[in-house]
Amino acid sequence: MLAKIHITLKKDVLDPQGSVIANSLKSLGFDNVNDVRQGKFIELEINSNTKEEAEKQCNDMCEKLLANLVIEDYSVEIEN
Amino acid sequence: MKTHVIVFPGSNCDRDVAVAIQNIIGSSPEMVWHKDSTINQSDLIVVPGGFSYGDYLRCGAMASTSPIMKSVIENANKGVPVMGICNGFQILIESGLLQGALMRNSSLSFICRDIIIKPTNTKTIFTNKSTISKMPIAHNEGNYFANSNQIKEIEDNDQIAFQYCDENGDINSHSNPNGSINNIAGVFNKSKNVLGMMPHPERAAESIHGCDDGRNIFESLLS
Repeated sequence: MLAKIHITLKKDVLDPQGSVIANSLKSLGFDNVNDVRQGKFIELEINSNTKEEAEKQCNDMCEKLLANLVIEDYSVEIEN
Repeated sequence: MKTHVIVFPGSNCDRDVAVAIQNIIGSSPEMVWHKDSTINQSDLIVVPGGFSYGDYLRCGAMASTSPIMKSVIENANKGVPVMGICNGFQILIESGLLQGALMRNSSLSFICRDIIIKPTNTKTIFTNKSTISKMPIAHNEGNYFANSNQIKEIEDNDQIAFQYCDENGDINSHSNPNGSINNIAGVFNKSKNVLGMMPHPERAAESIHGCDDGRNIFESLLS
């Protein structure tokens, strides 16, 4: 199965990189961009019998290593 | 005193801190490779600065899963003094020994320059001889963050070790190099036997460095 994991900064955490990206987009003429938040995308192949089991394992991976829960949120999507 | 310095692939302050320990504490530290699994008996474990595992994923994240870290955590939980400097601080945070997170500097730049820090709690094994001190920082991710509940907990337990300040000891936004919340430069664990700090005391530890203010941290450990 293929797991797609998004890791994003929590809403109350400042994202200076996002702000700089937003400014650069505006300078390119994308005036309607209001806010940019930068995150990470991790794709991993995992052997598992069920989607539920794979999701549970990925959640565990995020909590133990892939995300830092002090500053980041994560979401997991499993595809067959 | 029996002392240990952990060495990861990418550590680059391990020798500097070993020299500081040798010269100030008078103990020749055992250099422990990250793949070793045990530290049997120690009076001080230092997790040094550098760029362990190339800062992959998050600074310190990979190193925190190294085999030796289990033993570092066990020793810390037994009360052995553990000190993490710069990347070592990031590793101790990622391993869960210290609270909070170290994010990218608010300026988005790597900062390498002298700063001044003030000890916030001088009743610990690491800071009992500490005063306002000048020493270098050299990092890209030293912007300390913790949410408001965690900050309250850290403050209530006197866990703030050092704060960035100006020459007069005033803690203000001008003396904050990296955007750290409340100018925090270093923190302790709850029982104060684990210290993490971004500034490098081992790089300001003898007159040839141009400043030896960093000595007081190692001298504190002697008393």
